[in-house]
Amino acid sequence: MADVRALRIGGFSRAIVWRPWWRVLAVGVALLLSLSSCLALGKVPLGPTALWHALCTPSSDTGLIVWQLRLPRILLGALVGGALALSGWLLQQVMRNPLASPDTLGVTSGASAAAVGYLSLLAADSGSAWLPLAAAAGALVAVGLVYRLAWHRGTTPLRLVLMGIGLSALLTAATTYLLVSSAFSTTLSAYVWLTGSVYGGNWSDVARLAVGVAVALVAMGALMRHALLAGVDDALAVGIGVRVQVMRGALTLLAAVLAGLAVAWGGAIAFVGLIAPHLAKRLVRIPGTAQVVMSIALGAIIVMLADLAGRTLFLPRDLPAGLFVAAIGAPFFLMLLIRQVR
Amino acid sequence: MTRLSANDLTLGYQRQVIMRELSLALPESRISVLIGANGCGKSTLLKALARLLTPWQGQVMLDGDDIHHQPTRRVARTLSLLPQHPVAPEGITVRQLVSLGRHPHQSWLAQWSEEDERQVELALMRTDLTAQAHRSVDTLSGGQRQRAWIAMAVAQDTPLMLLDEPTSFLDLTHQMEVLELLKSLNRESGKTIVMVLHDLNLACRYADHIVALRDGAIVAQGAPQAVVTRERVKDIFQLECRIIEDPFFHTPLCIPFGPGSRSVGGESGLSGQGAPSMQTTESSSQQNMHTGSKHVTAGWEIDG
Repeated sequence: MADVRALRIGGFSRAIVWRPWWRVLAVGVALLLSLSSCLALGKVPLGPTALWHALCTPSSDTGLIVWQLRLPRILLGALVGGALALSGWLLQQVMRNPLASPDTLGVTSGASAAAVGYLSLLAADSGSAWLPLAAAAGALVAVGLVYRLAWHRGTTPLRLVLMGIGLSALLTAATTYLLVSSAFSTTLSAYVWLTGSVYGGNWSDVARLAVGVAVALVAMGALMRHALLAGVDDALAVGIGVRVQVMRGALTLLAAVLAGLAVAWGGAIAFVGLIAPHLAKRLVRIPGTAQVVMSIALGAIIVMLADLAGRTLFLPRDLPAGLFVAAIGAPFFLMLLIRQVR
Repeated sequence: MTRLSANDLTLGYQRQVIMRELSLALPESRISVLIGANGCGKSTLLKALARLLTPWQGQVMLDGDDIHHQPTRRVARTLSLLPQHPVAPEGITVRQLVSLGRHPHQSWLAQWSEEDERQVELALMRTDLTAQAHRSVDTLSGGQRQRAWIAMAVAQDTPLMLLDEPTSFLDLTHQMEVLELLKSLNRESGKTIVMVLHDLNLACRYADHIVALRDGAIVAQGAPQAVVTRERVKDIFQLECRIIEDPFFHTPLCIPFGPGSRSVGGESGLSGQGAPSMQTTESSSQQNMHTGSKHVTAGWEIDG
């Protein structure tokens, strides 16, 4: 069996698709390289020995920079990117559409509307501490609404996508209205949020997001078989005993939670959710474990590098990572599509 | 004996009734084929038998219980289904596709047991796909792809298999190949096979039991020899034809003709009807070789 490997421990068994393993390994190496270059580069650039020294002495000046400023921000970016990539991969499976992404279901527009609403209406009284919660709630409410509107004795992928697009347009209008009608300073911070940024990420952010993502990954492990099944048509799925609506609901919920968590801490950076799974599918054609791992790793790398570009290219300015995800990601994505057509 | 039957089934989509109070019992360990013109309800009936469609009235009974009252996973261990235009997930390999058929035998814990693997390899072997198992389904030819779908149903390891037009879009060779495969599954493993087929002659060759439908009602059912007669074909398909014995399978062979057909040296019913507008002399005489010749039919006719 070259393509599918069995993992069996007692009654527990899984089919693992590991081919091509060397590409997965290469992406692992790329992840480590990105991590170390993100740690080394910044306002205070560090050479390999200086970086090693800083990592070994957390209380030194450079140690503080690396451990308290750079590492949490990098990890936050990686978690945000990985979560969005997995969310995008799941949605592309469930919707059977390569254009599906967390944006499609209204995750980004819901989170954006809620975040901008919070910033312009509530932040003056309660500070920005509750911003992640507001954004996550907005994302989940939007997905719930899309699901409810698309429901007519069950849902179909097409109806979900169309409802998502419709609701997104409405929410974007609401966001724009809030932006133009609120104070200038609010508009500025709202814009940074809307572009997507992991600026000022600290260890407690990382810990909270990591717990959320870990729980989602366990759920993903349980739902992996269904994530593959989501790609077959409904008639066939019923034929092999799948409760199609339950499966679709569970996978959509998982994707929405992942994207909700990510936008809560990373802002509207969701373009990652479209390009990372696309790239992963080009590197690992066979859907399965390797493709999922690849998506997550690529999502993490993209956001890490985008954030690195944001905080180093235009020093002393610190630009939001989302800008570079779009500025570098979009042309790259277009190039991929153009090459695919040929 | 029957495991799958329909009692007073009324089926429809939205507000449109497709069939009323239809009852049907499908013989166990036999190949049953539903035939009829487009829109007669044969695919709808198959969908209802496979629990894809909830009946307005009546029930589909599987092993003595209403199929809609049984857990769908339990049904899937007894009955497999190949719909008309199945969609495969992007990039999936043949082996992965076939292993999806193991779904009803798997649980949260056990998702790829040794039995799963054994059944998948067996299904690949039976459908002659072992060499293609690592390939992506997108890269297969039409015939191979259809075999892969059937392999998935075989891996499901069910005593009953329902198939909606398993030969559509296949060339003649691959139509035969698929039907031979199904026949061997029936003969060697005793599987009950129920399928919709468009081609009446293939239906006659491979069916033990034919169910002929017209306007959502059963017109006739039974062995091909008993069901396929000239009057019935005219009744079901609004088509003139002659029925002769298939020289190879000894089943009824239907030779349809229209007002434009011309048979050189044919019998009175055939020749002289309408103008020979569409055919050249050459193709007419070829047609004659295959159909009209008295030497081939040797006088044996069911009808006509």
